[in-house]
Amino acid sequence: MADDSSKGDGQAPAGVVDTSRGADLPDAETCRELLRQMALIRRFEEEAGRQYQRAKAGGFLHLAIGEEATIVGTTSVMEDRDYLIGTYRTHGHAIARGTDPKNVMAELFGREDGTARGRGGSMHIFDGERRFMGGYGIVGGNLPIAAGLALASDLKGTDEVTVCMFGDGASNTGNFGETMNLAALWSLPIVFLVENNLYGMGTSIERHSAVTDLSHKAEGLGVPGERVDGMDVVAMRECVAEHLRTAREDRRPTLVEAFTYRYRGHSAADPEVYREKEEVEEWRQKDPIESFARRLEGEGIIDAAHLDGLREEVEKQVLECVEFADASPEPPLDSLYDNLYVVEEEGEGWYAVDERTPDPFRGEREREAAEKERVMGLHEAGASYGGQSQRSDGGSGDGPADDAQEDEEGRTDAERDSEDEGDGEPDED
Amino acid sequence: MATMRMREALNAGLREEMERDETVFMMGEDIGVFGGAFKVTEGLMDQFGEARVRDTPISENTIVGTGVGAAMAGMRPIVELMTVNFALLALDQIINHAAAIPYMFNGQVRVPLVVRMPGGGGQQLGPTHSHSFEAMYLQVPGLLVACPSTPADGKALLKASIRDDNPVIFIEHETLYGVRGEVPDDGDHVLRFGEAAIRREGSDVTVIGILKMAHEAERAAKTLADDHGVEAEVIDPRTLRPLDLDTILASVRKTNRAVIVEEGWPHGGVGANLAALIQEQAFDDLDAPIQRVTGADVPMPYSKRLEQSAIPHPEHIVSAVMETMEGAR
Repeated sequence: MADDSSKGDGQAPAGVVDTSRGADLPDAETCRELLRQMALIRRFEEEAGRQYQRAKAGGFLHLAIGEEATIVGTTSVMEDRDYLIGTYRTHGHAIARGTDPKNVMAELFGREDGTARGRGGSMHIFDGERRFMGGYGIVGGNLPIAAGLALASDLKGTDEVTVCMFGDGASNTGNFGETMNLAALWSLPIVFLVENNLYGMGTSIERHSAVTDLSHKAEGLGVPGERVDGMDVVAMRECVAEHLRTAREDRRPTLVEAFTYRYRGHSAADPEVYREKEEVEEWRQKDPIESFARRLEGEGIIDAAHLDGLREEVEKQVLECVEFADASPEPPLDSLYDNLYVVEEEGEGWYAVDERTPDPFRGEREREAAEKERVMGLHEAGASYGGQSQRSDGGSGDGPADDAQEDEEGRTDAERDSEDEGDGEPDED
Repeated sequence: MATMRMREALNAGLREEMERDETVFMMGEDIGVFGGAFKVTEGLMDQFGEARVRDTPISENTIVGTGVGAAMAGMRPIVELMTVNFALLALDQIINHAAAIPYMFNGQVRVPLVVRMPGGGGQQLGPTHSHSFEAMYLQVPGLLVACPSTPADGKALLKASIRDDNPVIFIEHETLYGVRGEVPDDGDHVLRFGEAAIRREGSDVTVIGILKMAHEAERAAKTLADDHGVEAEVIDPRTLRPLDLDTILASVRKTNRAVIVEEGWPHGGVGANLAALIQEQAFDDLDAPIQRVTGADVPMPYSKRLEQSAIPHPEHIVSAVMETMEGAR
């Protein structure tokens, strides 16, 4: 267990996260839409966490609960033609950009209807049609790519803008310095937006960055910055809109440092030894959804009935996502090599030939058969499993694959639940 | 046909493709005003302007990443990295991004990016400017890897790389920039990836060499014929991914012997990979163990005497071939 000196103070600088909520509200319809999107993302993320604990979603799962205003405040002032590029915590970014949350959930499930047909997973959501140019699993890896998107917009003579979102941890990578310099040097139309949630994984900003005022961190490289309350969706909108204007009209990059907070751990497997429960509670008081809803109620834009209706609506929508993802088929094994290369004339798999055999596909059919056999074996053995993984229906459920209660690392649900104990977020609602 | 040096052929390839397609543009350190560290891009900034021939800061990973992003947005960027050793700084963008993006986003986006980089020893540039990393790139699914040895192939493969929708690692050899050769005039002459060239036909042993070692293999073959009565078939794969394994296997089935020559390190090298493929698919056709001739297993030394001893020469190839021939006569 880390002692107190290893923890940050977990606070945004005084005056930045402002509970007085000074920014003017947009029109009523926009307000209700902002609230809806944030509520949908919140509920989606909660459900994603639940499905992870049930081993329906695998790998790593990074949730953005608490960061909804930063996301929605940004996307709601972008144009359709603008590019958005993010990190490995971007389920909400895609949804806010218009991607059907069903397809995002299916991607978490690794299914055929996922945003990348199960190739990318939670960390690599992508929707080219809506110019959501991807979630990226390498910290800082998306910054140079953002520069390329913006350069292409310039070379093509368009007024498109690229919004590049990344975390406070990424501001320490070489890519940050290199890309800021290049973007300023070439006057690229980019809004860099650091989602400062005060922790790079489990290391507080005081312990990972010599300069903790990230809005100034790129100034010496030619990119000026500004701080904004990332818990206030209206303040976010105002701030980002102004920076988008600078990028679109003046064709130069700027940096926005948005203070936000993730209530959940870095990933779903984070015991959170690096911060106090009280700190999380304190931030919950500034909850971007609760505070915005209160403000809208106070202004008479929504009432309690509207809130109840919204809760029901997103609940229904998210449960439909789970149903959809669950019903979506596993990707067929003979699709293993799909889209590894673009092949125009030679047909599927020409470049992808594994040189060890002359066939483009090496044993996929055999493996498919073997996998079926293995799963059937688990299915039959199901009755002898002890504890909670034993199915009361004797395993005659909805398909053999669904009956395997261990995840790929052989952890049972119970083990996975105990790993998440530090989470502090009960699965209510 | 015109006689050109390799650097002129590459320059012509770049020029023609930039004239043909306005989405093609270049980025790299000192490629514009300076004309390129090896003068491959000389004159291109004058012709196409600073927007399309872009001098960059020394930021390898970011230059390549900018190429990845521009490619995703519909451009056809060509990035020049000054040496293969400097390209190591860009491996994150090359492997984690350029190679992975088309696959991990299920083909929703393409990355038609060419990353050119010169490598190889022989100019006393020492342990950080002289290596050969073909084997490393050939390992990465999602990349195409070209390694031309003649001006004609250089131009035709470069044009093919620029037109290809996949990310291409285009490896040049620093000591081959001055090599002369006949180059077809036809502006649309491109070489398909995955087609090896048989540089010399022979019946006794198959010698496979890449980049500068394709030339050394030809020299060795001449010595073998003149002094030892051994007819070597010399094959230049020209691209390592995809690899024209069929041509190599057909030759080995004819000669029953194989020697693989590369300048890179022996462990996990091009030869190691190729030897595994050959023995997996033509074991019964082999009359002798496959021989590899590689660079020495050291960072490249500076001293001329040491450096030359670390690079394969025709003598090494002749001796490796004669070893496979033992017992044959």
